[in-house]
Amino acid sequence: MAEILSNDQELDVSELSPEEKRKAQIVAKAPVLTGSGAILRSLELLGITDVFGLPGGAIMPFYDELMSADKIRHILVRHEQGAGHAAEGYASASGKLGVAIATSGPGATNLVTAIADAHMDSVPILAITGQVFSHSMGTDAFQEVDILGVTMPITKHSFLVTKPEQIPGVIAAAVQLATTGRPGPVLVDVTKDAQQKSAPFIWPPEIDLPGYHPVTKANAKQVQVAAQMIVQAKKPVLYVGGGVIRADAHKELAAFANAVGAPVVTTLMARGVFPDSSPLTLGMPGMHGTVPAVLAFQESDLLIVLGARFDDRVTGKASDFAPHAEVIHVDIDPAEIGKIRHAEVPIVGDVKDVLQDFLSAFTLASKEHKPDYSAWWERLNFLREQYPLGFDEPDDGLLSPQWVIQTIGKMSGPEAVYAAGVGQHQMWAAQFIRYERPNSWLNSGGAGTMGYAIPAAMGAKVAQPDRLVWAIDGDGCFQMTNQELATCTINKIPIKVAIINNSSLGMVRQWQSLFYDGRHSFTDLNTGHDTVMVPDFVKLAEAYGALGIRVRTKEEVEPAIKLAMETNDRPVVIDFIVSKDSMVWPMVPQGVGNSQVQYAREHAPEWEEE
Amino acid sequence: MSHVLSLLVEDKPGLLTRVAGLFARRGFNIESLAVGKTEIPGLSRITVVVDVEDLPLEQVTKQLNKLINVLKIVELEPEQSVTREHMLIKVRVDNSTRSQILEATNLFRARVVDVVPDALVIEVTGDSAKVRALLKVLEPYGIKEIAQSGLLAIGRGSKSISDRMNKN
Repeated sequence: MAEILSNDQELDVSELSPEEKRKAQIVAKAPVLTGSGAILRSLELLGITDVFGLPGGAIMPFYDELMSADKIRHILVRHEQGAGHAAEGYASASGKLGVAIATSGPGATNLVTAIADAHMDSVPILAITGQVFSHSMGTDAFQEVDILGVTMPITKHSFLVTKPEQIPGVIAAAVQLATTGRPGPVLVDVTKDAQQKSAPFIWPPEIDLPGYHPVTKANAKQVQVAAQMIVQAKKPVLYVGGGVIRADAHKELAAFANAVGAPVVTTLMARGVFPDSSPLTLGMPGMHGTVPAVLAFQESDLLIVLGARFDDRVTGKASDFAPHAEVIHVDIDPAEIGKIRHAEVPIVGDVKDVLQDFLSAFTLASKEHKPDYSAWWERLNFLREQYPLGFDEPDDGLLSPQWVIQTIGKMSGPEAVYAAGVGQHQMWAAQFIRYERPNSWLNSGGAGTMGYAIPAAMGAKVAQPDRLVWAIDGDGCFQMTNQELATCTINKIPIKVAIINNSSLGMVRQWQSLFYDGRHSFTDLNTGHDTVMVPDFVKLAEAYGALGIRVRTKEEVEPAIKLAMETNDRPVVIDFIVSKDSMVWPMVPQGVGNSQVQYAREHAPEWEEE
Repeated sequence: MSHVLSLLVEDKPGLLTRVAGLFARRGFNIESLAVGKTEIPGLSRITVVVDVEDLPLEQVTKQLNKLINVLKIVELEPEQSVTREHMLIKVRVDNSTRSQILEATNLFRARVVDVVPDALVIEVTGDSAKVRALLKVLEPYGIKEIAQSGLLAIGRGSKSISDRMNKN
């Protein structure tokens, strides 16, 4: 029995093979820990310093250990979804692993949205959940949910732990899986008896993952072919996705892009990985992308796709997307290559390494054939001049949401972190804040999870306490997760929240205005101008111990942002009462090709179709 | 078009759910499934027949490869592999039909494995065409019940799927 082994126990080793002897000695020397102690010790040894969670029956043994932990800071959230998004924000701001902890049953299911979100956006998080006693599993025990079954389609992998001796190996494997290759969420479900029983704690454990070997080094021949195509191309575009951020490859990207001199388009998930101040930047592509970025794809003869996955919000109708372009597709996940768009040159590898290979190969190839993109740039510069990002002042005299967000960005600068919810304010924050560094822009791209902003900003602030952290939120999103303001106040996590309060589910309202004959079905939230204002966000902020500020006029905007930036003893919530008629432009309506991009309502740009 | 995939997998709890769930999630239909242990302790082999075109098949294979417990996937081409199905057929008999049925059973090199006065259980092994053909012959007599295995398949020649795994 593992439990009775201890440090000083004598072992009869005469009957054992050398390998068995070696193992027996390791076991004999190992300290005996409870499963809970083993989870904590494993996390500490893996360098985890911050975790977010909320206790309950099936995870209580672990929480008992956690109480005396001195190397790990646990932040008690008010809802497990908050723990999940906080872990995401923590990971996305720092590049480190985020950790969320919950009990069995409803605790675990409350993590599900955040796990799905992390899965869509390849965020490295570890979810640890308690499970009922192993002998009760399958009996519909109190707070029993088959969380492994529930999360199977939305995790990179998951483990059920029923014995304490499995813990070090499983936790180490889970962390390795979450943080390497294409990152993603990994769930470890630990039964209560596995937490309570004891076993020798063996470290480093053997990590048993024979089926996991992500390809990181690209095929050299393919790199050569790619380089040849790049120097031969007349209209190349770099289509840069969030994978380049996850791979920590922004320096390699800058070196390569600057050497090639081709235009760079950064997707919603990649905003900041390439500086907006660079003359090569065309902005964001897709449904609400800039006209130059959208049309650059449509007119291009070569897409150099880096850590991006041809999301439908980028491509529009996929069969009409970039119709003249050949594709070089680099991704660490082979399943992304060819999933939506055939790649003439598929390259599986770590984009950080591949970009270095690209740079050498391009440098060599361009000596023989100097590429000339001057005509291409002439065209792109024309589009940039003709169709810059912009917005109209609202007719109702209320604040323009775009201008508010732009002002926050200008005053806070590129060193700040901006976490957005989902909807119009998210698109405006992606468009009108200028990003200069990776991990400064956090949002829910693939899943589109309303309520992401507040807990994600909280997680980001825990990871990077010296940075100014903004949650750019909507009045709808804010009402989904604002309970974490309590967590922020109690734990001294002074985030700034800007509610872009247009009193409605704005993006849905915009679609209703454009595609449903203006029938605004159930999108009024009554939080803003000329309504009962329920809830009163300023009073709500104050109830949570945060500083609440209401802003209605242009003159109040800058002083309020300044006050927020100067207030660091508590969270700040600014309720910006904005116009509800402002819309996100440009826009490609859903289901049509990107050539149908509209610069503003009823205003399609002229462009050259070959 | 039907494709036969042979998967070498770790024998872990929930593995079958992961594989089957992936097919369902990505919208692919499993025609047949057979699971069993292999010559390597701790590893199982899943033989799955799936009806898809070539391009989605590539996507299925890539997605399956992402499952952490899947070690190797090989598509077994018909001409380079041996395939077998196994079926137990309970057929109605009486004194007038018994000898005809036994004759058919012998013709197909099938075996009778259970006998009662009014029924026989016949065991047949073979490729899909043979099994189907026997069923067709027996149908007029009245088939009471059948139990069928998934398709089993193995590559021809001396190489094994685990050899290929070690090379990659």
